[in-house]
Amino acid sequence: MRKVGTLIGCALILVWCLLPVVWIISLSFKSQTAITNGSPGFFPASGDSAGWQNYQDVLDNEQFRRAIFNSIGISLIATLLSVVIATLAAYAIARLEFQGKRFVLTTALAIAMFPVVSLVGPLFDMWRAFGLYDTWPGLIIPYMSFTLPLAIWTLSAFFREIPWEMEQAAQVDGATSWQAFRKVIVPLAAPGVFTAAILTFFFAWNDFVFGISLTSTERARPIPAALSFFVGSDPFNRPASLLAAGAVVSTIPIIIIVLIFQRKIVAGLTSGAVKG
Amino acid sequence: MTTTVVAPRTERQQKPEVSDRAKAETRLGQKLVAPAIVLMLVVTAFPMLRALYLSLFNYSLTAPEDREFVGLSNYATALTDPLFWKTTGVTVLYMLVTVGVELVIGFVFAMVMHRVIFARGVIRTSILIPYGIITVVSGFAWQFAFSFQNGFVNGWLPFLDTDFNWFGDTTPAVIAIMVSEIWKTTPFMSLLLLAGLAQVSEDMIEAAKVDGATWWQRLWKVVLPNMRAAIMVAVLFRALDAYRIFDNIFVMTAGAVNTESISFLTYRQTIEQFQLGIGSALSVLLFLSVLVIAWLIVKLFKVDLASARQEG
Repeated sequence: MRKVGTLIGCALILVWCLLPVVWIISLSFKSQTAITNGSPGFFPASGDSAGWQNYQDVLDNEQFRRAIFNSIGISLIATLLSVVIATLAAYAIARLEFQGKRFVLTTALAIAMFPVVSLVGPLFDMWRAFGLYDTWPGLIIPYMSFTLPLAIWTLSAFFREIPWEMEQAAQVDGATSWQAFRKVIVPLAAPGVFTAAILTFFFAWNDFVFGISLTSTERARPIPAALSFFVGSDPFNRPASLLAAGAVVSTIPIIIIVLIFQRKIVAGLTSGAVKG
Repeated sequence: MTTTVVAPRTERQQKPEVSDRAKAETRLGQKLVAPAIVLMLVVTAFPMLRALYLSLFNYSLTAPEDREFVGLSNYATALTDPLFWKTTGVTVLYMLVTVGVELVIGFVFAMVMHRVIFARGVIRTSILIPYGIITVVSGFAWQFAFSFQNGFVNGWLPFLDTDFNWFGDTTPAVIAIMVSEIWKTTPFMSLLLLAGLAQVSEDMIEAAKVDGATWWQRLWKVVLPNMRAAIMVAVLFRALDAYRIFDNIFVMTAGAVNTESISFLTYRQTIEQFQLGIGSALSVLLFLSVLVIAWLIVKLFKVDLASARQEG
């Protein structure tokens, strides 16, 4: 009985998670004429299939290619910088006693809950004054600020678990402090840093509010914003299958990351928020 | 309560004895967290103060030279406008329904993930896909799914006409938006609950079983009370996140048929209509309402975030 319940539960989870993904993939193979004429149904009706045509059209689209490039560049830079800064802060929080520790944690918590939209008005105004509007740094800076809380939490949780005495033990055994750091601490801390990096990347890749408010051209517009502005020739009948192809392309990096690092992501998500 | 009176005194007594080493440690610690603090405040506190300042002006980017000080009248305009209250009401509805549904489904998923032994990796990998997918993509997927022209939902629901327009009226459109929101964020909720579930000791459940407690009793008297901290943290995070709902509405209805949330209204005023004065007032009100909700949840459910993270 218990086993059957778990089995049904597993099936439910799989359907829940994968049905919309299968749907959007199926949609991306419907031909554009079928979409204009209306083609209800989960799978493309016979004769409505477009093969790889939609993918070809999407990848031939200069704006979309540019958006992919922007998204990858901006997300990677923001992730790298955010993780470096968060590592410094998390090390201090996990290992040192200092005044202001609580302030850091409270600030991080407050920012994690901040209503992002309430910032876009003033940021829009400020960024135009500073020449940051519609540039890569104009998005990288807010992405860093908003991923720091998550990164700091995840990392300080990981760092607290590291047996730091091993560093001294290695030094007693004759290692220099650099060797002790590189051979002992780095391998122990790396998984945590890595997890923080993945979660940060997800945030930057997913962001929409900053993406549409702080950019105006393809110079810096990331994928989510580009997808939402991608209306095709007829704004009242969106090119659903073309959009679906774009959506699938933008999801591929996420699926690859999830497939490779599943264990790390779960550990990071749960350790940062609930455990110490 | 008495300890709070005693604690500062001992701290004061210790103060003169701070060693050089402790001082150096404080300096190093502050230096290491400084970049993070500066970055977090530059992008949040500073613009928020600027919004506070701008909200006192009648200021439109289309006519910047006409900027004039109007005091609190922007707030008066916003707070007396039925549109503000309507969007706030819709936003609260989004928050309550999505968080409620996610809590139930998320808990079921967490129980399944906690129990399952085989195929653990497959389950966890698939649950991360909605979590990682771009919200805009989720919005599109569900918008097209609900579309009567190209979607499958009408065909699958026998009690609906095939040409039923989900986005033609408030109620079905709100439901469609909620479905997308719930689909995307339930995995996050279930992972947080899974972590809480893992902390409930098996011995306690076993003991309750021996004492003759039914499954239902064990769930309500043993499991749930023992994972209270995890539940509360999950609810707090998700509720504040749901209150900011924006992406799905933008993609699925663009605020049509009264589906607009308070975030969307603020965005429309500032970015689309360039009304920075009234938009800033709305930004401040949005910020304050998030604070109120956070405060309410923390007070009502006595969430202790510090102890939940074993910080205290």
